[in-house]
Amino acid sequence: MELKEKLISSFLAFENTEAGEVDSKILDERNQAFLQFEKLGFPTKKEEDWKYTSLKPILNKDYNLFPETENNIEFKEVKRFFIHEIDSYKIVFVDGVYSSFLSETTHEGCDICLFSAAIKKPKYKMVIDHYFNTIAEKEENLTALNTAFTKEGVYINIPKNTVLPKPIQVMHFSTGNNNDVLLQPRNLIVVGENSHVQIIERHQSLSQNATLTNVVTEIFALKRAIVDYYKIQNDLQTASLIDNTYILQKQNSIVTLNTYSFGGQLTRNNLKFYHNGTQISSHLNGITIIGDKQHVDHNTLVNHLTPHCESRQNYKGIYADKATGVFNGKVLVHKEAQKTNAFQQNNNILLHDGATINAKPQLKIYANDVKCSHGCTIGQLDEDALFYLRSRGIPKQEATALLLYAFSNDVLTCIKIPALKNRITKLIALKLGVNLGFDL
Amino acid sequence: MLKVNDLHASINGKEILKGINLEIKPGEVHAIMGPNGSGKSTLSSVIAGNQTFEVTQGDVLLNGESLLNFLPEERAHKGIFLSFQYPVEIPGVTTTNFIKTALNESRKAKGLPELPANELLKKIRETAELLDIDRKFLSRSLNEGFSGGEKKRNEIFQMAMLEPKLAILDETDSGLDIDALKIVANGVNKLKTKDNAILVITHYQRLLDYIIPDFVHVLYNGRIVKSGTKELAYELEEKGYDWLK
Repeated sequence: MELKEKLISSFLAFENTEAGEVDSKILDERNQAFLQFEKLGFPTKKEEDWKYTSLKPILNKDYNLFPETENNIEFKEVKRFFIHEIDSYKIVFVDGVYSSFLSETTHEGCDICLFSAAIKKPKYKMVIDHYFNTIAEKEENLTALNTAFTKEGVYINIPKNTVLPKPIQVMHFSTGNNNDVLLQPRNLIVVGENSHVQIIERHQSLSQNATLTNVVTEIFALKRAIVDYYKIQNDLQTASLIDNTYILQKQNSIVTLNTYSFGGQLTRNNLKFYHNGTQISSHLNGITIIGDKQHVDHNTLVNHLTPHCESRQNYKGIYADKATGVFNGKVLVHKEAQKTNAFQQNNNILLHDGATINAKPQLKIYANDVKCSHGCTIGQLDEDALFYLRSRGIPKQEATALLLYAFSNDVLTCIKIPALKNRITKLIALKLGVNLGFDL
Repeated sequence: MLKVNDLHASINGKEILKGINLEIKPGEVHAIMGPNGSGKSTLSSVIAGNQTFEVTQGDVLLNGESLLNFLPEERAHKGIFLSFQYPVEIPGVTTTNFIKTALNESRKAKGLPELPANELLKKIRETAELLDIDRKFLSRSLNEGFSGGEKKRNEIFQMAMLEPKLAILDETDSGLDIDALKIVANGVNKLKTKDNAILVITHYQRLLDYIIPDFVHVLYNGRIVKSGTKELAYELEEKGYDWLK
């Protein structure tokens, strides 16, 4: 049975299991989204936004849709995937099921907990009804699919005037004990006025069985809120990720979203920012370093709907072997969004002849008093620079790594958690196959 | 120490060096002068191992061993240093970390263990003092945002740390004002011993007022057309290169 049919036929059973327990708004949205997905199906390369990314290779598997059994894993087995040097809140899922054993949640002063719990308790009803599925794109195939099967994920609600004392780490492990799995986490994050939160998200497969994750996250940054979000994508060759993140920003809020894509069979990032208020600042940073036949697709949108706001996108890509990359970055400046300052930068290095990047920067401007710019480069490693380093006695592989590190450096400087920065630079060194004898 | 025998080199099939002969002994300073396009930078690149150029004939020997089959990094490990006209900027990597990597790679190639951190720091401190370099300068990203003078001083600092047998200074004077030139030349003079050698490649005579050469060679159209002592440099300054054609 094809995956679409399998999903459709299992929806009824899914719907019935929890009816009566779950918030009625959720049930409603699920049903509508289901109909939408039934109509749309999975996207194909005929759709403009999917021109360079084919889902075919990852849809032909017999995924287990509801891996119910709780697979406990020892912390020491997975410690290396956490930024364990720092104190943090942790929300951990194993095969889509919450692991209380590995997690560290809280309800003191704020709610950092589970979506499944939040949608069953009346005290969260107001927040859920107000925010859930309001910015996620209803007509988008995979978002609709995720919404239809909304059940579990992260629920974070930070009230106003709260600076979280430590970051939140969100981890999704896939053990492979249930054969190939399809995971669909659904996250809701509301950051109140004047509040500040740092979140690190990672999806990690632990086995050679296939994992397909289709995650949707809605983030609301209210007035003057600051959100620093880090996505670490360094999964096994058998794992694929479709990440759909929607962000709504209110006046004077600052949201920085960093995506580090270092591995996985197929990674697609749909990242959409919407502005509602003035003096908003949005930062989108990405480093992609992939090889083999890996594929990473960054599909971004910054929707400037209001005046006096800024957005900065900075994406660096390094592609080796037969890896393929896509950068499809869209900036939309509406008629009302005067004095917008939008900047987009996408630089790529192709290390081998078989590597490909499809870059498609798009600016659509309907206002007449704005400052918008974009730059896009595709090149090879600078041979003169390489010779310079080698003439100092640094072998080719290390010299290459140093140059690539320098190339991605300005994206690294915006990591505000030192232990995380350390980890990312180590991952880069690992990815480039070098040990430089110092922490970059 | 360095022997260049009938060296021919070309790029994309075009011959640039057309039979260079040159011998440099320990303790000597040689200068190569010549007009634009005469092949000065090609010669230094070929000696250091830049693979953009193809050696079609002849040989380059360091202490009797041919260098031509060695990679640039291997030549560096054997004691060749090339100071670049345009040093590369490496954001995010400090000069200290860069030189540590270079030094330890060279030690590794010689079968030596890594230099312990305290010894490395001591060496850095002493070298910085010798060359009158502020150590804060060394914790900045390599060459990033450096002025022309700062870049060249950094090159000399690296040279001092790596202690090459033969240092080639390629157009080290370009883009420097007279004060910066003096500082750089002073640094080079401090590093000179009876065991190492220096090859200065330059357009103008003025650098040779500060780094006094034992021999001056004139490179013209891929050949050394005249050799002499430092007086030859003054003659060139006065008459230009035309009389040598």
